[in-house]
Amino acid sequence: MSSQERSLPAVEIRAVQKSYGALQALRGVDLTIEQGEFFALLGPNGAGKTTLISILAGLARADAGTLRVMGHEVVQDYRAARRALGVVPQELVFDPFFSVRETLRIQSGYFGLRHNDDWIDEILENLHLTDKAEVNMRTLSGGMKRRVLIGQALVHRPPVIVLDEPTAGVDVELRQTLWKFIRQLNGAGHTILLTTHYLEEAEALCQRVAVLHKGQLVACERISDLLLGRQAATLEEAFVGLIRDVET
Amino acid sequence: MGVGFTTLLGKEVLRFWKVSFQTLLAPLISTLLYLVVFAQVLGQRVSVYPGVGYAAFLVPGLVMMAMLQNAFANSSSSLVQSKVSGSLVFVLLAPLSEIEFFSAYVLAAMLRGLLVGSVVLVTAGFFFPPQIHSLLWILVFCFLATGLSGALGVLAGVWAEKFDQMAAWQNFLILPLTFLSGAFYSLHSLPPLWHFISRFNPFFYAIDGFRYGFIGASDVSPWESLLIVGSTGLALSWATLALLRSGWRVRP
Repeated sequence: MSSQERSLPAVEIRAVQKSYGALQALRGVDLTIEQGEFFALLGPNGAGKTTLISILAGLARADAGTLRVMGHEVVQDYRAARRALGVVPQELVFDPFFSVRETLRIQSGYFGLRHNDDWIDEILENLHLTDKAEVNMRTLSGGMKRRVLIGQALVHRPPVIVLDEPTAGVDVELRQTLWKFIRQLNGAGHTILLTTHYLEEAEALCQRVAVLHKGQLVACERISDLLLGRQAATLEEAFVGLIRDVET
Repeated sequence: MGVGFTTLLGKEVLRFWKVSFQTLLAPLISTLLYLVVFAQVLGQRVSVYPGVGYAAFLVPGLVMMAMLQNAFANSSSSLVQSKVSGSLVFVLLAPLSEIEFFSAYVLAAMLRGLLVGSVVLVTAGFFFPPQIHSLLWILVFCFLATGLSGALGVLAGVWAEKFDQMAAWQNFLILPLTFLSGAFYSLHSLPPLWHFISRFNPFFYAIDGFRYGFIGASDVSPWESLLIVGSTGLALSWATLALLRSGWRVRP
C-alpha cells in the first residue's frame, strides 16, 4: 500500500440519498471512517443502516451522492471497491448445494483467488469450523452458518469489513469467539464497520459511533465524547436520550 | 473474463451436476417416454417428408425440445432460487461485471442443455439410429438454441422474485413455445392461422434448423432459421445485459 493509499479514508460517504417509492430511506448522509477504526453504525429499526451498507457494498444503487471504499468509488470503480470490502449480511443466507469448504473456495474464486486454501484453513480454525469443513451447509446450526458467513466475508482479506448485526440470535460462546477474531483483525489493521442493536458490544469494541435516525445522521463522534456530551453512564443511555431528543 | 467468471461458471455447473437425477436423468426419461409413445403410435401411419420415417423426423425435434427446456430451466431456476434464498448476495458482492455474470449463467445453461440433448440422442439412437446430413448445422443450432434459451432463462430469473412467477414463465411461455414448435409435426400440416402464428416462434426455427442437420429436409431454409435464432438470441442478450446494468430487480 502506498503512502497516498494509507492516508485515504477507509469509507467515505457524501450526500447519499435513497428512496423506495414515497419512503426516503436516506436523506443526504455524510460519513467518513478512517483506516484502522472499529466503528459502530447505530440506529433504531428502519433508520437506514442496512440500506446504507447495501449501497456501499453495491447491492443497491444510491439516487444521489457518492461512496468510496479505500478511495474507490463504488459504481465507477466497483471492482476495486468490492475487493476492498468484506460484508457479513444480516440474514442467515447460504447456498444449500455446497459444503463449508466449497462455499469458501467459491467465494474466494469470485474475488479472483484460486489457490487460497492456506488462508481458508486459517479462517476455519479461527472460527472453530475445521471439523465442519466438509459438511453441507444445510446441516449446520444457525450459529455455524453465521460463522461461515463471516468466513466468506474474510476470504479475500479485505481491508474494510462490514458486519451487519453479526450477533443477532447468536449464543454467548460464538459471540466471544467472533469478537476475539474480529479484534485480532482490527489489531492487524482491518477497518471494522459494525451495526448492532447490542449497544454494550458497540461500547466495548468501538472507538467512534454514528447514529442514523429516519435516514439522517444525528450523531457521529467518539463514544467517550458522546457519553460526556449527554452526561450518560452508558452508550445505551446516551443512545436512548439522543433518539428521544431527536424525535421531540 | 477472469477467475471470478470461471468460478461462477464452475459453481453453476457443479450446482446442476450435484442434482443430476433431477437435472439430467429426469429430462431423459420424460423425453424417451414421448419418443416411445409418439414413435410407436404414429410411426407406421405418419410420413412428414418423402422418404423420411416419423422416428427420424421426431428424434431431432425431441432432442432440441429437451435442450431448449433444460437450458431455460437451468439459468432461470438457479437465479430465482438464489434470489428467494438470499444467496445471490454472494455473487452480487463479488467484483464481477454484468457481462461475466450473464455469460456464466448462460454458458452453464448451455452446458446442461447440451448434456441433456446428448444423453437423449445417444439413448434414442439405440432404438432409432439417427442419420446425419450435416454435423455443422447440428452443432450450430445446438449452440445457438441453448444460448438463446439460457439467455431467456437469465431474463426470467432477473425478473421473477417468487417461484410462482417463474412457474408462469415455464407454463405460459416456455411450454407452449416448445410444444407448438414443430417438434411433433411439420408446419405444413397446420391450418393457415396456426401456420402463421408458428412463424413468430423462435423455437420453431431452432428445431427446424437442427432437424435439417439430421435429415436434410426442413420447413424453411436453415439459413432463415439461423438468422432468426441468432438475431433473437442477440436481442435477448442485449436486453438482459441492459437490465442487469440498470440494476433492475437485482441491485434495486
